[in-house]
Amino acid sequence: MDFSIFGVQSTTLAITAALTGVLLVVGALVIAWLIGPRSYTEKKGEPFECGIPTRGDSMAQYHVGYYLFAILFLMFDVETVFLFPWATICKNIGTQALLAVGTFLVILVLGLAYAWKKGALRWK
Amino acid sequence: MFDFGIVTNWIHEFLMRFMPAWLTTTVECVLVAVGLLVAYSLIAMFYIFYERKVCGWIQCRLGPMRVGKWGLLQVFADVIKILQKELITLWHTDKFLFKLAPYLVLIASMLTFACLPWGRGLQIVDMNIGVFFIVAVSSIGVLGILLAGWASNSKYTLIGAMRSGAQMISYELSCGISILTIVCLAGTMSVTGIVEAQADGWFIFKGHLPAVLAFIIYIIAANAENNRGPFDLPEAEHELTAGYHTEYSGIHFGFFYLAEYLNLFIVSGIAALLFLGGWMPLHISGWDGFNAVMDYIPSVVWFLGKAFFMTFIFMWIRWSFPRVRIDQMLALEWRYLMPIGLVNLVVMAIIVTKGWYFGA
Repeated sequence: MDFSIFGVQSTTLAITAALTGVLLVVGALVIAWLIGPRSYTEKKGEPFECGIPTRGDSMAQYHVGYYLFAILFLMFDVETVFLFPWATICKNIGTQALLAVGTFLVILVLGLAYAWKKGALRWK
Repeated sequence: MFDFGIVTNWIHEFLMRFMPAWLTTTVECVLVAVGLLVAYSLIAMFYIFYERKVCGWIQCRLGPMRVGKWGLLQVFADVIKILQKELITLWHTDKFLFKLAPYLVLIASMLTFACLPWGRGLQIVDMNIGVFFIVAVSSIGVLGILLAGWASNSKYTLIGAMRSGAQMISYELSCGISILTIVCLAGTMSVTGIVEAQADGWFIFKGHLPAVLAFIIYIIAANAENNRGPFDLPEAEHELTAGYHTEYSGIHFGFFYLAEYLNLFIVSGIAALLFLGGWMPLHISGWDGFNAVMDYIPSVVWFLGKAFFMTFIFMWIRWSFPRVRIDQMLALEWRYLMPIGLVNLVVMAIIVTKGWYFGA
């Protein structure tokens, strides 16, 4: 059985931790709001751009490579999630688990090799 | 070793004596929250001081020296200063997302922080899927950073956030795979289980070469996931000003700064948990006298000592290497760390199924 502080369920404790995070942000914001100065200047609302007046739309174009890597990540991340249950019981199942996951990993690595060969891993 | 479970059980029974069950649980949750807040802020303050001193030492400087003895009060002065600053919101920002981003970043780090094994019987969130939970919640932080950059309505923040996102998600894979390697060796995902499994030897000693390799991969990947060290290109100041938090001012910026230092502690803590035995003391089989002396050192000291040692290594790396370019950064992850990590995982699986690891 898992250890549990005060005998409270771990879900409750996780929610408590998340609420503590929220509390920290809210508390600090309230203090900052109480003691911080406030002034209203026209120029203050401009996005920073080397000190010169802001030009054009801020939603600039950016490299498509980011998108490509995000897709690759998605693929491998889901595979990693699948591997977690296997890793937990790998010790007990033995060779059979090794073979099953070996096949799985080979298919996965083939995907990576294909992406590599296609040049998806190169930052152009 | 002293078991903190005795203290918490005593508090539980003490409260149960004159309170209904629901009130007891509420009071205990409040206690946990207070404990978390205190630990969180103390660790953050210590880490900022620690980083500045270590940085100064590596660069042959003294670091902060003016405020308080040896600059000890510098951090407090910084906190008071940052709280007094005005919170600026720009025109045309997505106000909701702009304000939501710090919450996400802090919630992610607070949840991961609560999962760390602080000592025997001193751990807040302990699920049977502990390590998996850590991997899951720590990835919420990426969301916060992407939102911060997107909602700020500035070109620097947008590009900074995209870089940061690409970097963090890429290196999360390597982190996950090295954690998988250790889960394979431990045969459990629970944090307590992993610590207990290291009673007769830390995993870095038990797991032959794969554990050492996983350790090295974890250090590199964790460094990159934190946007630190040679991988701090999301905030490369000559290209992107300050990256994703350029437009955040005052305490809004402070939250990102706080989370960054806490994440440094968290990855050091996870490295200590997975590879260096968590709060387990150093035991050498056969050396009974030595082991008995090691048992006298409290478990909290062991855990914090290991975490601070790991942090020192992270800082050492940070101040020793020049910043990498984005193509080098992605090539390192996808062409080297990922394939090496996968092969390493398979080797570890073979070792585990054949029972070749130490203490099998």
